[in-house]
Order: sequence, then C-alpha cells, then structure tokens
Amino acid sequence: MQTWWVELLCALLIVLVVPLIAGYIVLVERKVMADMQARLGPMRVGPHGLLQPVADALKLLIKEDLIPNNADQFIFWFAPVLSVTAALTSMGAVAFGPWFQVARDINIGLLFVVGVSALGPFGIVLGGWASNNHYSIIGALRSTAQLISYETTAGFALVSGFLLAGTLNVRAIVEHQRTENAWYVFLAPIGFFTYLIASIAETNRAPFDLPEAESELVAGYMTEYSGFRWSLYVLAEYANMIVVASVGTTLFLGGWLRPFPNVHWLGWLDAVPTLLLAAVGAYCVFRAGKQPARVQSLFMSAVALACFVVAAIFGLSAPFGHLPLQFMHDGLYGAFWFLLKVSVYIYLFMWLRFTLPRFRFDQLMRLGWHILIPLAFINVVDVAVALALSSEFGLNRWLAMAVTTAATLGAAMLLLRWNDKYSAAASAALLADSSIVEDSHAG
Amino acid sequence: MLDSAIFYFFAGIAVISAVLMVTRRNAIHSAVFLITTLLATAGIFLQLRAEFLFIAQIFLYVGGIMVLFIFVIMLVRLDVPLPQIRSGLQKWIALFVALAVGVEAGVVLWQARKVPGQGLLIPNPAPAGKLPPNTEELARGLFGSYLLPFEIASVLLLVAMVGAVVMAKKRTDAP
Amino acid sequence: MKILADTVHENAPQKTDTLFGSDELVINMGPQHPATHGVLRVKLKLDGERVVGSECVIGYLHRGVEKIAENRTYQQFAPYVDRMDYVSAVSNGLGYCEAVEKLLVVEAPPRARVIRTVLTELQRIASHLLWLGTHALDIGALTPLFYCMREREEVLKIFEKYCGARLTTHAFRIGGLQYEAYDTLEKDVERFCKNFEGRIQEYSDLLTGNSIWIGRTRNVGLLNSADCIALGVSGPVLRASGVKWDLRKAMPYAAYDQYKFEIPVGTRGDTYDRYMVRLEEMRQSRLICLQAIENIPAGPIMARVGKVLKPPVGEVYHAIEAPKGILGYYIVSDGSIQPYRVRIRPPSFINLQALDKMIRGHLVTDVVAIIGTLDIVLGEVDR
Repeated sequence: MQTWWVELLCALLIVLVVPLIAGYIVLVERKVMADMQARLGPMRVGPHGLLQPVADALKLLIKEDLIPNNADQFIFWFAPVLSVTAALTSMGAVAFGPWFQVARDINIGLLFVVGVSALGPFGIVLGGWASNNHYSIIGALRSTAQLISYETTAGFALVSGFLLAGTLNVRAIVEHQRTENAWYVFLAPIGFFTYLIASIAETNRAPFDLPEAESELVAGYMTEYSGFRWSLYVLAEYANMIVVASVGTTLFLGGWLRPFPNVHWLGWLDAVPTLLLAAVGAYCVFRAGKQPARVQSLFMSAVALACFVVAAIFGLSAPFGHLPLQFMHDGLYGAFWFLLKVSVYIYLFMWLRFTLPRFRFDQLMRLGWHILIPLAFINVVDVAVALALSSEFGLNRWLAMAVTTAATLGAAMLLLRWNDKYSAAASAALLADSSIVEDSHAG
Repeated sequence: MLDSAIFYFFAGIAVISAVLMVTRRNAIHSAVFLITTLLATAGIFLQLRAEFLFIAQIFLYVGGIMVLFIFVIMLVRLDVPLPQIRSGLQKWIALFVALAVGVEAGVVLWQARKVPGQGLLIPNPAPAGKLPPNTEELARGLFGSYLLPFEIASVLLLVAMVGAVVMAKKRTDAP
Repeated sequence: MKILADTVHENAPQKTDTLFGSDELVINMGPQHPATHGVLRVKLKLDGERVVGSECVIGYLHRGVEKIAENRTYQQFAPYVDRMDYVSAVSNGLGYCEAVEKLLVVEAPPRARVIRTVLTELQRIASHLLWLGTHALDIGALTPLFYCMREREEVLKIFEKYCGARLTTHAFRIGGLQYEAYDTLEKDVERFCKNFEGRIQEYSDLLTGNSIWIGRTRNVGLLNSADCIALGVSGPVLRASGVKWDLRKAMPYAAYDQYKFEIPVGTRGDTYDRYMVRLEEMRQSRLICLQAIENIPAGPIMARVGKVLKPPVGEVYHAIEAPKGILGYYIVSDGSIQPYRVRIRPPSFINLQALDKMIRGHLVTDVVAIIGTLDIVLGEVDR
C-alpha cells in the first residue's frame, strides 16, 4: 500500500510522456522510411530533424478546428478521445521493465491490455460515422471489420503463449521465461509469428492499411479530422503500436530479460546499455561541432550530455562490484532491454510498411479468416497437446514443442495450398465471368 | 473510505449514463452511453476484485456486443419508423410492470437493512482479499463442475453463428 | 454509353435505400484524385463493391494543340509536341520530326539517326520508370517510387547535358539534330546502362515474386488480344495480351533495324503481365542503348533542309512506337509554311477506351490499379 505513489507516478509518466514518444516514433519512421528510399527525411527542423515532432505538434495545436456541417458534435469530439483513452489505458498493465507498471500484480495482466485495446475500434467507427461523410463511414466500417477479424487471431496466438506460461500475470510470465531459460518465441515460434501478423493488422499498418491509404477512393475515417483531433488519432495509433509490441515482447521475447539471462559467461552483456548510450553520446558530441547553426550545436550538445548522464547512471548501477546505484539495477536494465526489444518489434513494423504493397480488402479478410484463424487455432491445440505430453508422459518440453510445431507447419502448408486452389478457382471463375460481362459497345 | 469513493464514482457514472441512454433521441448517442454504463459496471467488478469478470465484461460486452449494436444502428436507417401495432393499453401495461419491479426492489432493500453491517441478504460473504484469484476460480468452475453446460453453451453459440451466416448469405445470393 | 444516361449526377453518390444495399450507386472519381495520374474523371457505376459500368470524362487538359498546329510553322510546332506526353517528350519529338521529314522526303543522316535512337530509348526507360514508381505507389508499395526516381534522375541529367532541358526537351530538329553529342555522352550512357541492370533487379526483387503484388495484379484488368485489336490498343498493353506487334520491328524507323533486341510478349493480358512486359522492355532498351553507343557513325547531324520549310502538297502518316503505344502523326500540307492539319494519334487516348472493358466485374479498389496499368498521360489523352 505504501507504493501507490510509484504506480501513480508511472500512470502520470504514461499520460505525459507517451505522446512525446509517439511523436518521436513518427520522426523515426520518417527517417527510416527515408533511409530505405535513398533519401534523408526531415533535416531542417533541429539537427537532423530532431525537433520535427515539436514543430509538428505546435502546428497541429494552432490549426483551425474544423467540424463538418452536419456532423454530430458530441460524437465528433468523443471518438478520438475514446481512441486515445483506450490506447493509453491499456498501457496500464504493460510492464516496461520490472519496476514500471501501473496496475501492479493484476491477476489478469496481459488480458487487461488486450481487452482494453479492444475498445479502440469504437473510436474509429464512431469517428467515421460522426464525420457525416459517406466515404468516411465506409472506411471506418472496413477498418473496424479488419480490426475485429484479426483480434481473434491475436487472441489465439496469445493463448498459445499463455498456455506455455501457465499464467496471465505479466511478471509471472517473464519469470517463467527466466526459469525456463528460453524466450517463448523459441518454444512457440508459430504463435509469435501469427501474433506478429495479427498485430500488424490490429494497428492498421501496411500491408493492412487499406482503410487509411491515400490513393484509395476514400481517405478513411480520418478524412474530416484535422489539427489536434487528427493528432489524437495518430497518437492512438502509435500508442497502440507500442502496446502490441509490448505484449508481444512480454509474452514471446522475454520481456525485460537480457538475452541468455541465466548464462553467466555472457554476463558481459550487462555492459551493453552503458556502452551503447556512451557511444550515442560520443557520436552526438562529434556531430555537435558540425552543425551549421549555433542553436543546433547547442541542442546536439544537450542531447550528448543527456546520453552521458544516463550512461553514467547505467554504469553506476551495473551488477559488477559494489557500485552506488546498484539497487536501481533491475529496474533500469530491465527497462532498457524491454525498450530495446519493443524498438526492434516496431522497426519490423516500419520495415514491412516500406517494403510491401498493400492488400486489397477481400484479400485481407481472406487471409485473416481462411488462413490465420485456422492456423492460430491449430497452433493452440498443438501447444496444448505438447504440454499435455510433457506433463502427463514426462516428455521433454522442447521435444514435444518441436514435434507439434512441425505438425502445425504441416497444417499451415496444407492451408496455404488449399487457399491457393480456392483462389485459383475464384480467379478462374472471374476469368469465365469477364467474358460473360462483355457488353456491347453500342452507343 | 477510498473504497466508497471509488464505488460511488463508478456507480454514479453508471446511473447517470443509464439515464442519459434512455433519454437520448439519437440512437448512436444511446449506444455510446450504454458503453459508458457498461464500462462503469466493469469498474465496479474490478473494485470487487473480480478481475476476470471485469475484463470479460469489457472484452465481450463492450468490445463485442456494443460493436455489433453500433454496426447495426449504422447500417439500418432508423428514421424510417417501423410499422408497429400501437395500442392505448401500452402505457398502462408499462406502468404496471414498472410498479411491480419497483415494489420488488423496495422489498429487497428493506430486507437488506435488517442484516447488520453488510447490506446483503447472504450472511457471511468472504472478504474480497481472501478469495482465490478470480480467473482460476472461474476456470475451475467452468472446466470442472460445469463442463457440460459450458460445452453445450458454446455449441449453441456456434450453431447460432453458422445459422446467421447461412441465412445472410442466402439473402444476398438470391437475385 | 447508354448505361449511365439516366443516373448520372455530378458529384454526390446516388443511393436508394440502405447504405450497403445491392442497389446501384454511381460514384465519381476525379478529376482531382491522387491516383488518376492527371485530370481524369471516371464515373463508376457500382453494384455493392463491384464495378458494373464506367464512363471516362476527359478534356480537362485540352489545350487545342492540333488547332495551334495550323497556325505555326513546322519548326515552331515542334516544342508543342513535347507537351503532349510530357513524361516522354523525346519520343513525341522523334515522331513529329520523322513525319515532317517523310513529308519533305529527306532523311536524317546516319549519325543523327543513331543519336536519336539512343535518346529515345533512354526516354523509354525514363517513362517506364515513372510508370513503375507511380503504379507501385498506387498499389501500396511506397519504396519503388524513390528507386525509380533515382534512376530517372540520371537519364534526365543526360538530357539536360545534351539539350538543356529535362522534361520538355525539344531534342530533335526537322532533318536531324541541332546539338552535337556532347563529349561524354557515350560514357554517361554506358555508365548508366551498366548500373541499370542491377537496379532493374532491385525493382524486380521487391515486386515480381511478392505474393501481395501478385495477388493485387494477377487476373486484374484482363484484356484479351481480340479486344485489344478491336479497340486499337497498342504498346505494352497490346503486347501483354499476347500480340507481338512492335513498330520498331514491324516498321523500323530511326536506326532500329540495326540492333538486335527482343519484343517481350505476355500471355494473359492482366496487370501482372503488363508489369512484366514493361520491366523487360526496360532491359531491352538498355541493350539497344549499349549496342548503339558502341558504334555511333561519324558524319553530319543535319540533313540539307532549308531554313524555311515548305513541304510539297500532300499528306503523310508516320507512326512510332512511343513508350505508351503507337504514336502517330498525320500531317496534311497545302504547300505553305504552316501545316494545313496535324492530327495526332495519341496512344493513351485510344488505350483509355479499354478501361471500361477492363474494370467491369472488379472491385473499386482495383480501379486504381487498372488505371495505373494502362499508363496514360492526360496531356496526350486531351492534347
């Protein structure tokens, strides 16, 4: 009961800091996109565009607040608020490291996260409806249909992880991965893979971003939203990305564990956070001298200073010897590894966005319902069988999981082959149809 | 003290939202207020340490059923009134039923006042902190003693879903 | 088109009963639309999500080019031609200059012909690169656009060095060339072509085997060869339907008869085949360029034509294989310094007729892909 202020602090940090972080994730996305497209990205505002999110936020805040003529005022206001609330509340049960969790020791842990983020589609469908725009409604309904279709897949994939962990509690899941000496991605790779795809669809990212694509006939549910309301939707989307990445990391990628947490001769990995931050700081110092404007080099020096301070804190809490800040070791290092994994997950999202074209809506739904849901379901059954084998018949857990993963892969191949045959038949029907649809060109 | 404050907060939201829901003209507004009512009820569940019920309420009721409601409200134009049988007797029947329910609720509350200190008709409920975790209890119940009804209910839901899809499909296929 | 006669309204969608009823809906796409590649307006008649009819409304970019031609001298009209298919200005210029040379019964000297071939093939590559980038962008692949622009930039640099302009080049003159090939033209072209093979492989890696790309383009926008020929469709669209017809081989002009190259032909006539055909055409253009620069004959670059051009009375039709299709010029001369009539056969205009046939039965989402695959430029459609 004495630590309620820690939870309150965490909650405040989420509400205050996550919008800033989401803004910087947008900048990172633009820079990564530019890098993959042989260009530079934002460069003007701040050194290397580092102050771009600040400029964007200011601009959005001072923009005129337009509400369409016959729009439903209350719902028009309420919809983005609901989206953001759902996204930020679901972060309440996410543990960003062993210290940082708002809803500590809540029994249902990850289920809370998944359930509350299921409120997200409401913001979308209400927003689309309230815009009083035919195309917005179509976009909103499509987006919502996509989200609720892939929620099932995501749920099943998570269930396979929960079966392995035996609990829904966030800390217990990570603890079990530590005692098992393996991240669950190695035990249940298909579960992770399915969850990865479902989470891309859940956050409306490419290749599943048809409802919000610019070159489509409709511009999606966000059409009529401009200025700050639009930025709330974007904040909700990026916060959702952080949430699904965190859930995936916690359940499958070992949460806040260092790689190979129980292997002692890899203990030097504990020095990685300090060295990494120090290297970033050194690079910033190096670049600070090369900035064209004085204010930019001051900013860069400030960033360098911040990096060095954080690196020093990390260094002083390292587990070697008797360093002064060692009581902070678990919290800090855990948070570092967790955020690193979440960043990798989000980088994967971005990488896929810039590489793949987007699915058409019917193809997207077919992928979800015909391929992914059966696959996720079969995966759950197989994991359950493997666990039953290992607990009832004493089979080695790894062996059992390997056997059933192979079985699931076989089932996946069959599913894909069946789906190919089906879509070949469908397109053959379309081919046959198209010769029937021939109209005479009279007139 | 904090407990009562939290309870009154959620209960207040629930009651006000329920009243607003019933009095709105716009169906979508009603749906939105129903959502807030359900969320407030879920909050009360959480306060009673019934975490799984809380999340089940949000997942299923709000995230599933209310989405369905909203889809239906949007896809069906409601300003065209359905032809209804209007009868003058309706008002009196409604009044009678409301009175009956009100009397029932009053009787329950009056009886409750008699049980000292707890306000419940069930004597000696377990304090919330001492109960085993809600999820495990529920799972034990569902997959242990109540397995057959659980399976029957899930088959029933599956049949309903398949039936709905079949019926909807037939309608669009018919030229 | 009779189909939309009664239900056509300007902008608002027409709906009867429910939002998603199976009653028909007419929606309007364009003229301002990020994916119609210019000011094209397409009225779509939908049955639910499927397109059952369409009508193109064009003319938003009509500038009266053919009428202007009647009031300009032959040389004065040449820059106007660039502005039609502004994406591949050099080809337009080639067709016009060769048509007037045919009328004057002169032939450009061999050196001029070879340099014209090199520049035209580079322009074909540039045009196909722009097409590939924008088509991929419409379907959702964000990255190929930037890679294609990077290569196109190299080609435009070569044009700028040659004639001073990147886009509306006016590179050729009637009777030959005005500018001699600059010193490092061969080296530049060679360096570009050497790099280009790897780059085409990059685009191919991103798209050709990608199952999402295949899913979006296979069996989308089918057009069989009979329909192509009936509609007068030409260019890569025709070749993707299986008809091996390319004016560079069938009726060679410039210096094409001297070089060995293949004509890629598709089988099904869907969007994927058109993509493969254009990709392969880029490779073949690269080969032509490499062969051409090995051996540019020495000699004059301009034939003996006077300063004042007065072609004899008569008419001529000359067609070339532009990147978009068969670009034809029908010039009627009445003996004066200004043509009596210049009629341009724009490939995009004629290919656009096939749009209706191609989009019937498809979903609205495919319309964007199909318009993209036709590779139309509104400057040419409307003139």
